[in-house]
Amino acid sequence: MTDITPRAAPGRTRARLLRRALASDIFYSWRRSPVTVIASVVALALILMAVLAPWIAPYDPFNPASLNLMEGFTPPASESAFTGNYFLMGTDNQGRDVLSTIMYGSRISLFVGFSATVLSILIGVSLGLAAGYNGGAVDSTIMRVADVQLSFPAILIALLIFGVARGVIPPNRQESMAVWVLILAIGLANWAQFARTVRGATMVERQKDYVSAAKIMGVHPALILLRHILPNVTGPVLVIGTIGLALAIIEEATLSYLGVGVPPTQPSLGTLIRIGQQFLFSGEWWILFFPGVTLVLLALSVNLLGDWLRDALNPKLR
Amino acid sequence: MSDILLETRNLTRRFDVSAPWLNRKLEGKEKAYVKAVTDVSFSVRRGETFALVGESGSGKSTIARMIVGLLEPTAGDITFDGRSLVEGLRGREARRLRRRFQMIFQDPLASLNPRWRVTDIVAEPLRVFERRQGDRARRARVGELLTLVGLSPEDGAKFPHQFSGGQRQRIAIARALAARPDFIVCDEPTSALDVSVQAQILNLMKDLQAEFGLTYVFISHNLQVVRHMANQIGVLYLGRLAEVNDAEALFANPRHPYTRMLLEAVPDIEMTGRPRKRVEGEIPSPIDPPPGCPFHPRCPLANERCRVEVPPLLDGVACHAVHEGRA
Repeated sequence: MTDITPRAAPGRTRARLLRRALASDIFYSWRRSPVTVIASVVALALILMAVLAPWIAPYDPFNPASLNLMEGFTPPASESAFTGNYFLMGTDNQGRDVLSTIMYGSRISLFVGFSATVLSILIGVSLGLAAGYNGGAVDSTIMRVADVQLSFPAILIALLIFGVARGVIPPNRQESMAVWVLILAIGLANWAQFARTVRGATMVERQKDYVSAAKIMGVHPALILLRHILPNVTGPVLVIGTIGLALAIIEEATLSYLGVGVPPTQPSLGTLIRIGQQFLFSGEWWILFFPGVTLVLLALSVNLLGDWLRDALNPKLR
Repeated sequence: MSDILLETRNLTRRFDVSAPWLNRKLEGKEKAYVKAVTDVSFSVRRGETFALVGESGSGKSTIARMIVGLLEPTAGDITFDGRSLVEGLRGREARRLRRRFQMIFQDPLASLNPRWRVTDIVAEPLRVFERRQGDRARRARVGELLTLVGLSPEDGAKFPHQFSGGQRQRIAIARALAARPDFIVCDEPTSALDVSVQAQILNLMKDLQAEFGLTYVFISHNLQVVRHMANQIGVLYLGRLAEVNDAEALFANPRHPYTRMLLEAVPDIEMTGRPRKRVEGEIPSPIDPPPGCPFHPRCPLANERCRVEVPPLLDGVACHAVHEGRA
């Protein structure tokens, strides 16, 4: 009983927390699955590469001053015939280093994917909590909207929202707003899964007696939802959030590939693939290949992490 | 100050269990209701324990939930210390009344939030009712409460799943006591516990009652537990009170045929080997209750009148046979 002291020295607490994390079930199941370990390493490497792009990228691909058209179409792992600069993954038609554009591109892809997922979670969790806790008309209204939305492909809804935003935003601001519109479109297209899951979990939790106990005390329903129910429904949200992140990244790439996503001045992985596709048949395969592989690796590793998390957090599979 | 703390008058609760509107119209069905509780009137004296006993489905928990305000009565009234609880409690008055009553639940694992530390669980009523209290004072009070129920203040840093069933129920009791209530509804507080632990919890509840002058409404299906705890007992059958009496009188001299049947069914060490009368039949469905006295299909004394007329609760018994002097 003496090993739990509420106010231990901060250093010791950190050491104990680390020790406890290393001894936990979650860590054990992580270590036991080689696929998951590899997926984590790949995802972490890609995320670090994206975040640190401005500092570690070999070239600055979006500074017109540093671009040299003479360096265009340099094949991978070779030096430019004209300037002698070395390009690991080659260059595109404008002489931009493909490796650097990928680094900056994943930065945008990840930022859009992550923000859109956070937006979906915010909307989905709030509506799911409201629907599950109140039931009745509130529940029916929210869930019917979700059902209708789920019956369309998410990409179609994102396209619709994107199109409407195009019409609303004045043309001179469209380029600067593009990323935010993209986040909004993908975020609004994906909230329904979160709402469904949270609604189900909420309906289970609200029947439990700890909620009754709080009601008897006259705790405000908003506080009951926030403090009591929300912490008990976050497990599944974490799982579908991770898988949703992979989905959002792919959706962003799809939209950008279709040409309705981010502008070419700040290309994401999808934009890079679209640009690269133009040169596929003329033999410059690397312009398409490397962004494509990066996108696959990113989406796959995040998805595998989500799968693992689902199994690790599901007590029935232990 | 009257000596009655809580009183219910003709408390009634129906649940709508009808099929959805469209199904009803297409299949030509009527609306269906479960009469969970019908015309239940009793009063609880200050500082005493009033026990409600009955089989599953007899409406015990529904009454408990109506008293603490989790369910609204369909009809009837509940008065607490002279004030009606049914006519919409609002604002400051509601807060003042609410802090005076608490509830202890059957399953302590479900009644404690699994994601909260014990300190936060026990402090929840303090946070609701004593907003001005500082963090340090609150922590001290939680330690005090944990000690009071036989746990240690260090246990506050743990989570509910790290305790045994009996310890969890102690935590629930500590939470119930936190805001110093004077009335606690206990909904089968020991039925989820091991027999060896039940007595400990019951004794703890009795000690606390003596120490703080608590009034309990104690709900149980276990007559031995009730005998140990209660001053007054109400026997419920199919949502109606069959008999209400002082605990001793009820055990010494059960009057309603149903009460007699229940008492005969209690295993007794001194009765070993002697033939016992079996409890016959099962409690009927409350959706389609029998006409007349709800107990008549199982009653050895039932006659024509019992099959038609609902017996009123007169002098603590609701039975035609007793009223007529046949029993």
